[in-house]
Amino acid sequence: MSFNLLVLTCIAYVILLFAVASAAERSAAEGRAKWLRSPLIYTLSLSVYCTAWTFYGAVGYAARSGLEFMTIYLGPTLVFVGWWVILRKLVRIGRENRVTSIADMISARYGKSNLLGVIVTLLCISAGTPYIALQLQSIAQSFTVFATDSVGTGLAADRNFIAFWVAAGLALFTIAFGTRNLDVNEQHPGVVTAIAVEAVVKLLALIAVGVFAVWFVASGPADILARIDAQALPEWHIQPGRWTGLILLSAIAIICLPRMFQVTVVENTDDQHLATASWAFPLYLFLISLFVLPIAVVGLEVMPTGTNPDMFVLTLPLHLGQDGLALLSFLGGFSAATSMVIVASLALATMVSNHIVVPLWLKARAVQNLDTGDMRVLVLSVRRLSIVLVLCFGYIYYVISGGSAALAAIGLIAFVGVAQIMPALLGALFWRGASRTGAAIGLTIGSLLWFYTLFLPSFGPDVILSARVMEQGLFGLSWLRPYSLFGLTALDPLLHSLFWSLLLNALAFCVGSFVSFPSPIERVQGALFVDIFDRPGPARSWTHPAAEAEDLLPMAQRILGQSEGQSFFRVQAELQGKQGYLPDITPEFLEALELKLSGSVGAATAHAMLAQTVGTAVVSVEDLMAVASETAQIMEYSAQLEAKSEELSRTARKLRDANEMLQKLSVQKDAFLSQISHELRTPMTSIRAFSEILMDGEGMSDEEQHHFAQIIHDESIRLTRLLDDLLDLSVLEHGQVQLNIGPALLRDLIDKSITASNSVQAERKFRFTRSRDPETIEIVTDAGRLTQVFINILSNARKYCISDDPQMKISVRRRDGMIEVDFTDNGEGIPRDKQALIFEKFSRLTDSMQAGGAGLGLAICREIMHNLGGDITYVPGQGGACFRVSFPLELSPREASQKPLGKETEAVE
Amino acid sequence: MKPPRSSQFVARESYRIRRLMDAARFLPVFGLMLLLLPLMRGTSGPEAPPTAAESVYLFSVWIGLVLVAFLMSLVLRRTLDPPKSAQPPLPQKREALPEAED
Amino acid sequence: MEKRILVIEDEPNISEALRFILSRNGWQVDVSADGHAAIETMRKDPPDLLILDVMLPGLSGFDVLRSVREVECTRDLPVLMLTAKGQGADRAEAERLGVTRFMTKPFANAEVIAAVQDLAGT
Repeated sequence: MSFNLLVLTCIAYVILLFAVASAAERSAAEGRAKWLRSPLIYTLSLSVYCTAWTFYGAVGYAARSGLEFMTIYLGPTLVFVGWWVILRKLVRIGRENRVTSIADMISARYGKSNLLGVIVTLLCISAGTPYIALQLQSIAQSFTVFATDSVGTGLAADRNFIAFWVAAGLALFTIAFGTRNLDVNEQHPGVVTAIAVEAVVKLLALIAVGVFAVWFVASGPADILARIDAQALPEWHIQPGRWTGLILLSAIAIICLPRMFQVTVVENTDDQHLATASWAFPLYLFLISLFVLPIAVVGLEVMPTGTNPDMFVLTLPLHLGQDGLALLSFLGGFSAATSMVIVASLALATMVSNHIVVPLWLKARAVQNLDTGDMRVLVLSVRRLSIVLVLCFGYIYYVISGGSAALAAIGLIAFVGVAQIMPALLGALFWRGASRTGAAIGLTIGSLLWFYTLFLPSFGPDVILSARVMEQGLFGLSWLRPYSLFGLTALDPLLHSLFWSLLLNALAFCVGSFVSFPSPIERVQGALFVDIFDRPGPARSWTHPAAEAEDLLPMAQRILGQSEGQSFFRVQAELQGKQGYLPDITPEFLEALELKLSGSVGAATAHAMLAQTVGTAVVSVEDLMAVASETAQIMEYSAQLEAKSEELSRTARKLRDANEMLQKLSVQKDAFLSQISHELRTPMTSIRAFSEILMDGEGMSDEEQHHFAQIIHDESIRLTRLLDDLLDLSVLEHGQVQLNIGPALLRDLIDKSITASNSVQAERKFRFTRSRDPETIEIVTDAGRLTQVFINILSNARKYCISDDPQMKISVRRRDGMIEVDFTDNGEGIPRDKQALIFEKFSRLTDSMQAGGAGLGLAICREIMHNLGGDITYVPGQGGACFRVSFPLELSPREASQKPLGKETEAVE
Repeated sequence: MKPPRSSQFVARESYRIRRLMDAARFLPVFGLMLLLLPLMRGTSGPEAPPTAAESVYLFSVWIGLVLVAFLMSLVLRRTLDPPKSAQPPLPQKREALPEAED
Repeated sequence: MEKRILVIEDEPNISEALRFILSRNGWQVDVSADGHAAIETMRKDPPDLLILDVMLPGLSGFDVLRSVREVECTRDLPVLMLTAKGQGADRAEAERLGVTRFMTKPFANAEVIAAVQDLAGT
């Protein structure tokens, strides 16, 4: 078959996957994702376990060692039919804690320790890189086998070339669908759906080749069984040690492999899916394995001796002239390899960014001031970069190892590597006494032993470990020989490494946990994980918080994005029965915030960030007591009580707010009358005094007379203006205002307002930051009134922004037919206790006369905006004072006449 | 002090389910035993059973496990928490934002 | 010798009016808009009468009155307070602090002159 046709087929297939993935992303975004989250898709996505190593390698494995290949699938079968024991708990914990990766899981359980996160990440990368290289190799190899024309043999001979383009393409795909957004839960419907499609393709391909081998080459099952016995070699006999060891190893691997953790735990949305997968996934493995031995036997019979049995799935149909079947088989292998690489690089990249790069960045930033700035951009770029890096590692490993036969053993070597996580993971799930120290020591010892006894020797003698070390041991000490550590010579290298590394790992883990003393937060997390099914809700780990909501909002915005962060705070405030953006800092709120953040940056980082902001010790002895006493019997009862008392306290809070508002109103009414009196009497006093003086008419120069008349005149104007303002406010408040609605360019209005407000304290030079494009928008509203609001805000900024280098940032955005204009200066902002009052009448923040007005400006602004169908609000936590003016893009007269709801203050006359 | 006979199994249904949960915990252990059985039949030498027969045995155990797991899951899934329909759909309206934040 | 009157008032127009009518009737008038500075001057050289506004920036009229009553040399100084708020509460507070007379704005010039004559003499 021609090389070009092959490449075209691949590209067409990849385009199909792209289409499937983006369709899935789209429907997930539109909330129509029900079918995407079905048990079927979940089960199929688990098939990412079956890589190219399965697709091509299993047949080769069977040809060489008989039934032993089955162990790789029997272990996972046992784990899944026994889902009730481990997987159910793992999945539940993962979902409730928004775990993002296996490193995050370990780190979260052991006191949100980032050290453990780093160890697990490094281990997974060392084990994962050769595995990815293996996939690249199998794709390159299949190209070489397939392409037989002249163009093809030239290009296909250059395997590095093919591997490079495959790696690049996969990086692109993973970035496109794996890092589209930084989502809570770290779930990727697009990727999962594409993987499910590939799962179907590889299963169909293998079954098709199998059916061909059994019913077309051989003459049915009976014939195949006879041929199996005829072909059986002495090596095909089951070796007890390897048989048991490999079943165990693969059982461990399916839990610990980062990509399996990603699809099993992280992408899981529902326990029910796991119930289905408990039998459906073993069935999938069964079907995949069923025809492996027949294909191997037929291949050994039919193919010329010396053919690589690893490629039988491909070469057998080719040899017998079944090009169509061979192409299907090629796509099957391609699917198996690509799906593994996509999920593995996604999982590894998440770990690298959450446990290595972001913590480092935070540490670097902690020294400086943690000012605003969107961290999502950073995290996403780090993740994209990590994907590229992981694939680069895989490609480099492939080139260096030269696609040698050594790669074939890599699958099992990687299994032993990730198996080192198992003791810590089991401890996390079932042993409350397991401690961080124990986990760290165990993981480190296990990883080092794996490195020394299996990983490094796998490169072959003299590549990393010299032949002398291999034969005589490190430093010539024979008991340090990598393949027979401590004089253990009876086991084969794989079992030998598995035995020592897991044994010492588990031992160190246990002993470390026995002797160390866990921190309070470890103990809380331990109880939280181990007793997950006994408790209705998460344990409290935040008490006596010392932070203000205003400090937390900027931080949340950096991670979740501005609008997402603000809406989260607003929703939380509403849950507490409060209005505005700032909820009370209750332990419940901190829990929710931490959970939300950990969906984006991992548990340890989220916790560290909150701890940094909230300050103070996080867990008290009372918390531990509370967690310990949460036994199953009293839980339900107390949960009901809690729900009731929560309801009560919410109502109480609402009442308290209402009462406070009423009291404030009453005080305000008195203050308003007294203010009015003062503002009216002051000019009146001057007028009366000087007019009496003038009436006396004696002993005055003309000059004096003129001066006194001037004063009377000025003070009358002052009185008039005050009355105008009061009248304006009254008219606006009763919605009797005549609006002059017409089209206007928003940019012109802002320009005009800036010019008009420049006269206030004209000696101060403000720097303006504006973005012209979003400002260029035509609106239909009362331009004069809107300008009046803008001028008022800008003039206030000129009066109150005390920065030496005063700046004003004006940003405009559209949202659901509304325009939002934010005016943010770089001054001190408005103190929290005053924020609720600034829109009230006569509420000058300072009592000095510097303001020069009667304190009616913002009250009028608010009334104007209500009349324009919009609002003006103060947005806290933006660095300086930030006023948000929102109004409809097009104001219809009907809207204008409607009075806005929820208006708490009535005019007092 | 004997409890009356009839009240011993008032919660017959839930008792059944709890025992089924026990069975679900034992299933992988029994499975492993069955899969290790070939090791006890002599693995080398002339008396070792032929590979074909062994593979038929193993695949039978395998599909048997699948069947039992399927039957168990029908009952067990009822004990799982109902899917959290209360979970609000995640807001996905990010596309409108970035360019507005200059 | 002319009697000296100190006026503490932050509205420049009102203090100008007071200065004009009082000096025309033969008193010597000093004006201050700042409570702190006025207290300092009074301690060195107490006037014969203090005319005090209630709403002052910084130190309020009540604060000034309190510190006037605290110091020996001004303890018996007659104080005439003017307020624009016109509220009962202000008057009660002023009397508690020992004000000599309390008037609301706007005032008739003749009333002020009469009060000053009454409190300071000519």
